[in-house]
This record gives sequence, C-alpha cells and structure tokens, in this order.
Amino acid sequence: MSDQPKQGPISRFLAAPPDSVGKTIFVAVALCLFASMVVSAAAVSLRPIQEANRQRDKQVNVLQVAGIYQPGIDVQEAFEAFEPHVLDLSTGEFTDMIALDEYDELATSRDPAIVRALDEDPAGLGDQVYFQMVYLLRDEAGAIDKVILPVEGYGLWSTLYGFIALEENGNDIYGLQFYQHGETPGLGAEVDNPRWKALWNGKKLFDDEGDLEITVAKTPPQAGREFHVDALAGATLTSVGVDNLVRFWMGKQGYGPFLDRLKAGEI
Amino acid sequence: MAQTRRSLLVDPLVDNNPITLQVLGICSALAVTSSLQVAFVMALAVTFVTSFSSFFISLLRNQIPGSIRIIVQMVIIASLVILVDQILKAYAFEISKTLSVFVGLIITNCIVMGRAEAFAMKNPPVASFIDGFGNGLGYGLILMMVGVIREFFGSGSLFGVTILETVNNGGWYVPNGLLLLPPSAFFIIGLIIWGFRTWKPAQVEEREYEIQSVEAH
Repeated sequence: MSDQPKQGPISRFLAAPPDSVGKTIFVAVALCLFASMVVSAAAVSLRPIQEANRQRDKQVNVLQVAGIYQPGIDVQEAFEAFEPHVLDLSTGEFTDMIALDEYDELATSRDPAIVRALDEDPAGLGDQVYFQMVYLLRDEAGAIDKVILPVEGYGLWSTLYGFIALEENGNDIYGLQFYQHGETPGLGAEVDNPRWKALWNGKKLFDDEGDLEITVAKTPPQAGREFHVDALAGATLTSVGVDNLVRFWMGKQGYGPFLDRLKAGEI
Repeated sequence: MAQTRRSLLVDPLVDNNPITLQVLGICSALAVTSSLQVAFVMALAVTFVTSFSSFFISLLRNQIPGSIRIIVQMVIIASLVILVDQILKAYAFEISKTLSVFVGLIITNCIVMGRAEAFAMKNPPVASFIDGFGNGLGYGLILMMVGVIREFFGSGSLFGVTILETVNNGGWYVPNGLLLLPPSAFFIIGLIIWGFRTWKPAQVEEREYEIQSVEAH
C-alpha cells in the first residue's frame, strides 16, 4: 500500500507487475528503440573517423611496399606522390568508366559490374574483380618509377590481401607485402617477416622469352635464382598459396596485358 | 549489504575469479592472449561492458519482465559491445584489426551474462557496477598472466618490445610455436587454476563421489 493515494500514470505504470502483457511489450519496444538509437548514433558519428582510418591503413601499406614508409612521416602528404588509376585487367588499359572515389565502394561490395567468374582459379579467389585500383609512382622527371598492384589469393586458412611493387620495366620486383591475412602465427604469418619480405626485392618475374618464371619454392627453378623466393619453413601451404597468387596475378588473367604494355613503354 | 564494496571489487580477482573459479569466458581467453597489447585492450573492453551492463540491468531490474529477461539483458549487452567496437574502430584501428571478431564476441562472453543474471538482477546499481568492474578486472588479470607467458615464450617479446631476439629475425631464441596457438592457453589456464587451488584450498570442490575401498578381511 502506497502512502500517496494519488498516483500519476507513470508511477502507476512503474508499480504494475513486470510480467503483465502490456508491460512486457512496452519494455521490449522501449528498450529496442533506445538501444537502436544509441547504436546508430555511435555508428553515424564515428563513421568519418573510421573511414579515414581505413584509407590511411591502405595508404600506409602502399607506402610500405614502395619502400617509402617510415614511422612518423605524414602519410597523406607522402601518398600524394602516387598516381591512382583504375585498370581494366582484360585490356591492360586505364579506364575512366569508374570514378576513383566510387571504386572502393564497388570493390568492397564486389559489385557484379566489376566482378567476373574465373575459368581457371589457381589463387582460390572464386571470382575476380577485373577492374583494379593501381598506383603509379613517378620520379622527378615524370617517368614511371614503380607500379603498385593489389593482389589477393588463398593461403592455408585465409585469403591474403596485399600489394606487389614492380620497377618501371614491369619485370623486376621491388617488394611484396600483405596487409590482411589469417595465416598461422609463427608459421604462415611469417609472410609479414621483414627478412622474408626482403627476399622479394630484386627478383624477376619473366625470363628473356617472356615466360613467367617467378616461383616461391623450396629449391630454385631451372630458370635460375633470380626467379626464386625461398618458401617459408613450416608453412608449405601458405607458401604454395603465395606462389599461386603471385603467378596468377602476374599472368594472363591478371596484370599480364598491363605488364606487356608497361614493358613496351606504352604507359 | 551482505558484501562490502571492497569485497565486491577484490573477491573476483582471486577468490571468486570468473575464469579460474567460475570457469567462464574461456573461449576469448584462448583467442586473444597471444599478444599482451591485444589482451590488454580486450580486458579493458570486457571490463567496460560488464560494469555498465550490470549497472543498467540493475537499474531496470524491477521493471524487467521475467519472460523476456534474458533478451533484455542481451539487448543491453549487445548495444554496449557495438559501442565499444565502433569506438575501437575509430580510435584504435590497428588493435581493432587484430581483435576483429572477438570484440563482437564479447556479447557471448559468459562472464557478462553470468554477472547480469547472478548479481545485477538482485542487487542495486552501484553494487552491480562494482561487481561487474571487479569481474572484468579478474578476467583481465588472468588474460594478462596468460598473455605474458604466451607472448614471452611464443614471440620473445612483451607488449611488442623484443626481449629475446628470435631466430627468424637473426637472433638466438627459438620461439615455442605452440604458445602462439590457442590450445596453449588451455594448458596455461589449467596450470593457473592448479596454482590458485594449491594457494587457496577452499577453492577445491568437494568430490561428488567417494572411491570405495574394500575393507581388508
């Protein structure tokens, strides 16, 4: 029994037994509305910062693979040296059909307009984004110094996403770096080891006949040591995955046409 | 109040630790303890979520209908977890990349639900908050203990600072790869539980059965 005989609707409601049907529905609806407002307010207000983080992360990776990144540099400013282009893989030519600022959204949603099914799929992709965002780095004279090409493929547990940096001749590798993968720590995750990544520097993709020779293997191939990157110890399947994905992306279904044009000096 | 605030805060550290005594929250303790930095952020996130979810659930405890009790608790917990996830993505991007799905999985961390159901539904808000905070700290304590062992022997570093130079980087230390894999946390937590029970024999449960001995004739 309450001391105050006069009760407003709110206190009457609060005093009602929690298990009544009306109150159950009210609590459920009110709580859901409130919670969804809190969550969406947080999501909307933090989105610009999160988007900037993702952009920066990608930029840092491009800088790292090109060997420019040092801790503490102004990423934004350093990244401006790079010239982004959307590349049509089938022709090897840059395209204006897709605007640069729309590209990320199309690629993350794997929009059917830029994805094709693969007949041969050694890299375990399922389907392939055949418009890729590539980056050109020019020297002071305006000639191409390096090209940065995104690559992806399946390792042991996960898809590895990364960039490969090539010299202007389209044949010499400057570096390879993965920015996202879920390989075994201590074994396959050694793809992130600086000492292993350094092995890629100076390797060649194609031999004199123009055949793709680069390989990640335990022993050097017939073609010679300059086409061989030593496989990771204890990570056979990750190494095979990296081998497959590099050979796939540098081949006919990947950047082959673009590299041909690069070698011919058409870019 | 039966328990003082101090005991609410301190008991979950050793005497009533959520991992070693209540044996809750093991799954995330396996997943995030291979590096200390990640374990530390995870411990902070879980502490934040258990404290505030206990607080809000306790505030509403007299109004929550019994029939949808668990769902109401889950909605509150899930909202807090999404909040943490969004904040990490905005202000600690590198770490949120490593934690990835495990932040979202705080929702299913039994400690949070366990404290809501066992304590916050029956106690006032401030006591519930302290209880949640204490349990978060207890969880964090075990996470850090496991993390120190795993990162030191698995990668030769602590908080990412190299202490033992590993062979892969040209040093002498051959890291123990097992410690980087989740099962190793099982062994370490098991050893910690053993240690705690040797230290505090009161934690040892009574046997549910007695081995019968045949009387000698």
